[in-house]
Amino acid sequence: MELLYSAKPLAAILVSFFVVPIIFSARSENVREAWTFVAALLKFAIVASMLPFILKGGQIAYTVAEVLPGLAISFKVDAFGMLFALVSSSLWIVTSMYSIGYMRTLKEHGQTRYYACFALSLSATLGVAFAGNLLTLYLFYEMLSFATYPLVSHHQDREARSSGRKYLTYILGASIALVLPAMLIIYSQTGTFEFAPQGFMNGAFSQSTMTVLLLMFVFGFAKAGVMPFHSWLPAAMVAPTPVSALLHAVAVVKVGVFCVARVITGVFGTKMLASMGLGTIVCYIASFTIIVSSIIALSQDGLKRRLAFSTIGQLSYIILGIALLSPSGMTGGMLHIAMHAFGKITLFFCAGAIYAASGIKNISQMVGIGRRMPFTMTAFLLGSLSVIGLPPLGGFISKWNLVIGTLESGQIFFLFVLLASSLLNAAYFLPICYKAFFCTDEEAMFERKVNEVPTWCLVPLCITATCSVIFFFYPQPFLQLAKMTVATIIGAPMP
Amino acid sequence: MTQHFPALLIIVPLLSALAVSAMGWIDRRWCFPLAVASLGGALAVSVSLLVQVMAAGPIVYQMAGWSPPIGITYVIDYLNAPVLVVVLAAAFLNLIGAKVRIEAEFEEKLGAYLALYILFLSGMVGIVATGDAFNLYVLLEIASLTGYALIGLGKERAPLSSLNYLFMGTIGASFYLLGIGYIYIATGTLNMADISNMMPQLMGSGTLFLALIICMTGLFVKMALFPMHGWLPNAYSNAPSASAGLIAPLTTKVMVYAMVRVGLTIFTPEFTFSRAILSETIVWLAVGAIVAGSLLALMQRRLSRMLTYVIVAEVGYMVGGFWLGNKTGITGATLHIINDAAMTLTLFMAVSTITWKLGSDKFEDLKGLFGKMPFTMIGFVLAALAVIGIPPTCGFFSKWYLITGGIEAGQWGFVVALLFSSLVNAVLFFRIFEIAFFEPFAEGHGHHGHGPAMSEAPASMVAPLIIAALSLIVLGLYTGDIVTKLIQLAIPAGIA
Amino acid sequence: MTDLLPLIAAKYNYWIYTILMMIGLYAMIAKNNLVKKIIGMNIFQTAIILFYVSIAYKKGATLPIIMGDGHGGGHGAIQAADYINPLPHCLMLTAIVVSVATLGVALALAIKIYRQYGTLEEDDINHQIRMQAGQ
Repeated sequence: MELLYSAKPLAAILVSFFVVPIIFSARSENVREAWTFVAALLKFAIVASMLPFILKGGQIAYTVAEVLPGLAISFKVDAFGMLFALVSSSLWIVTSMYSIGYMRTLKEHGQTRYYACFALSLSATLGVAFAGNLLTLYLFYEMLSFATYPLVSHHQDREARSSGRKYLTYILGASIALVLPAMLIIYSQTGTFEFAPQGFMNGAFSQSTMTVLLLMFVFGFAKAGVMPFHSWLPAAMVAPTPVSALLHAVAVVKVGVFCVARVITGVFGTKMLASMGLGTIVCYIASFTIIVSSIIALSQDGLKRRLAFSTIGQLSYIILGIALLSPSGMTGGMLHIAMHAFGKITLFFCAGAIYAASGIKNISQMVGIGRRMPFTMTAFLLGSLSVIGLPPLGGFISKWNLVIGTLESGQIFFLFVLLASSLLNAAYFLPICYKAFFCTDEEAMFERKVNEVPTWCLVPLCITATCSVIFFFYPQPFLQLAKMTVATIIGAPMP
Repeated sequence: MTQHFPALLIIVPLLSALAVSAMGWIDRRWCFPLAVASLGGALAVSVSLLVQVMAAGPIVYQMAGWSPPIGITYVIDYLNAPVLVVVLAAAFLNLIGAKVRIEAEFEEKLGAYLALYILFLSGMVGIVATGDAFNLYVLLEIASLTGYALIGLGKERAPLSSLNYLFMGTIGASFYLLGIGYIYIATGTLNMADISNMMPQLMGSGTLFLALIICMTGLFVKMALFPMHGWLPNAYSNAPSASAGLIAPLTTKVMVYAMVRVGLTIFTPEFTFSRAILSETIVWLAVGAIVAGSLLALMQRRLSRMLTYVIVAEVGYMVGGFWLGNKTGITGATLHIINDAAMTLTLFMAVSTITWKLGSDKFEDLKGLFGKMPFTMIGFVLAALAVIGIPPTCGFFSKWYLITGGIEAGQWGFVVALLFSSLVNAVLFFRIFEIAFFEPFAEGHGHHGHGPAMSEAPASMVAPLIIAALSLIVLGLYTGDIVTKLIQLAIPAGIA
Repeated sequence: MTDLLPLIAAKYNYWIYTILMMIGLYAMIAKNNLVKKIIGMNIFQTAIILFYVSIAYKKGATLPIIMGDGHGGGHGAIQAADYINPLPHCLMLTAIVVSVATLGVALALAIKIYRQYGTLEEDDINHQIRMQAGQ
């Protein structure tokens, strides 16, 4: 496996960092948005340019600075990081497009701060994706928390304040109280933080200590939304919808599960965890979250809240997949990062579009809206099917891998968890679509004219919905990257 | 010329204090430039000394050529060279930042005020640079007296707070003097290097153990270690902002430096950490300081008072880290001296800027600050992140060492206290951010209306603040270098 | 008990200065009047000065001034045991100066406080402050 030293990872991260002052000093809205696009496209281009090398099995490394003796802020781009980076950077482009439509339609205030914080958040996300050791991971994880806070509390009213408070309490509190001590304990025993294919713990601790440490990480990365540290997610729905879409369906929450996955695979090591049976404990925790969140989702009337609880469940799918510690399970989990991202972002885009066009937030008021907003609701249908995991949508591929994974690891209980939750997913998504399209003259709900959303909003959601369909037929490069990651972990030859 | 730099470090400020005071009567316009020039010169000298030490090792300078143990030596080694730079840089930045304030508040007494400022600084520099135990007492008192005067020049409750500080400070300094007396009885010398040479033969000495306790108690009072912290909140929050910006970052940290110096150089580590009962008690005192400081800070309704309690907690960090007795802990404590000076400087300069524009630092008056004073708030946010302990600011790295040291020493109370204090700090500062960001509430959805108009403080106040805030990140990124090239060389071998 | 008395008698200088210190400390803490506190502080510092001076003493020794007799002066080696230790005395000169300076600053602050509150009694001052804060 080839290792290349290149500043490209740093460049990809810094692109959006340096655009922040430019955004602040932009003279007009259009200039500001144009710069955002430039940054997003440039970022995606740099990330994509690293892709061929990674697909051949190489890795790209770069050390920024040695901040502690023997420990540096360093980047190492491998298949897993590339997967996540591709997802985030490509979706930033469409989200920027969507933001323009949404924010301008609603005449939101503070748009400059919004775009600047968005850029900063994407920097931090890529920083996590490319992190080569636990210190760098932690650094960018915290940076993301702070970069997203002004976005969550964007509206600056009382509700935004209490939600922002909840957001930070859970995320910052868990990371300082749980992740930081766990990191330091590990460092004081092992003396290193570099991610290794089978972890670097090497039996430095007893089994009970290992369990405690593992749980500290799983719960400490509260962005992964593992219950009971999940309440920040529904609370954060007060943010403008593009924020919810990219950050809470794609970037922030995926950072959380990415960190958990990295810790399980790169710090602890799958073989060691399997031998201690620790993977199963995490699987149970994840299953609990999956089922309970799906049940709660059923009871939610606010569309965004329902989507939030759905996200919580889907995140634990990913954790479940990784914790199964079987090749297909891990592949499925990692792939689901990508598939769920595209599916969920479509759903959030639709929710925002509905709100922007009609001011409606609650599902009970969305009866018959499909006739007024056919494109939007079709996209919503496609997104739902992907999240439920039905063909011909991309979500099916990842769910299929997860199912195989449970069989591979011989833990049939989780197979039932997966099936049950798929049914629950259908139960809380499909009625929305049905009611939207097929209903009788309750269209009296929509006496006032409801148009289809502005184009700037419509195009992105159609793009992501179409992508979800395409990924069923051609799930590359994500499937390839996921398979490569798993191969590196289990030491098999590259596919 | 360069070989006399250690002497110049102290003499230049002393003489220029005299000159500035005289200039106050001759032509007041020259006072400030003269003060800035002398501080700048001293800063340049300290930087060159740092470079010299890093290249060639410790510098021993005998004042007026008199040799020890009767003569006074100034020793610039790996421990105090960076501290010197930080002390002078902090004073320099604060002076520039407070220019507008000083000229407004102390117009007639400008010469006197600046003379006091420089004298305080020379006292601090002397404490850091000296290699003689009694000389440390003298300079300690120089710094203290000028400090009392600087604080007492304020309005309202300042003279009373300063008098209370005077009482406590005198007790502290006198205890230190008493401790030195005991050392003198046992060893017959006052030169730090000399005493440490004699220590191996005197390991079991009860006199010296008592001397250690008395010296440390005196220093603890002066650095406001809980429960002897009562003087600090009043003294720092009632002082004029220009004075507070000078005294708050420096006094407690230089006292911690003195503690490290006394513990490592005078009473060698083998002696200092030989009695577990002493080390353990002090670590628990430190835990108390951290917890009490954090909790008391939560109860405050004024920004400057809240920050003084944060200082109390930070002192707990440093004292606890040092008395853990292992290399990591001592590294953490020493690193935190530098980092905390920078953090406290930034915070107090930010408060000074805020009170300059708003006239008050009560929480309810801080509404909409992010819109009104964005640059100040950027500096404040960076400092807050450093206090909470978020990478890549410097505060994270000193916490790293302190927590790791605690884990290694098995002092879990200390570790838990540090994490607890990080969380409390997050709450403390985010309360401020919320008020500054959210209020005044726009009713409804907050779509309409723009935020408050920007009315930032003058550039001479904000620019040093931004420089100080950026230094937090620079210090953080260069932690590895600072630790390997300076601090770890300062810690005597033989500590685990 | 009886072997305690010789112990006390032998180290009487330490006991004296300790008692003086405690008196000073008591005055600083317990007295209400600011000037009395300041005096207590002075006593406290003086006790330490006395301590230093006392440790310089040697039995049978004389003042540390070497008498030169005309030109020949200082024949023979100078025995250190004949002269009391001058170093603590010198150090205490500095300490006395410090003590006086502290006294000066303290009194200046007390004057300022008097001008502000009209009284030097601490409880009165605290009362006034509470009244002001209450408004």
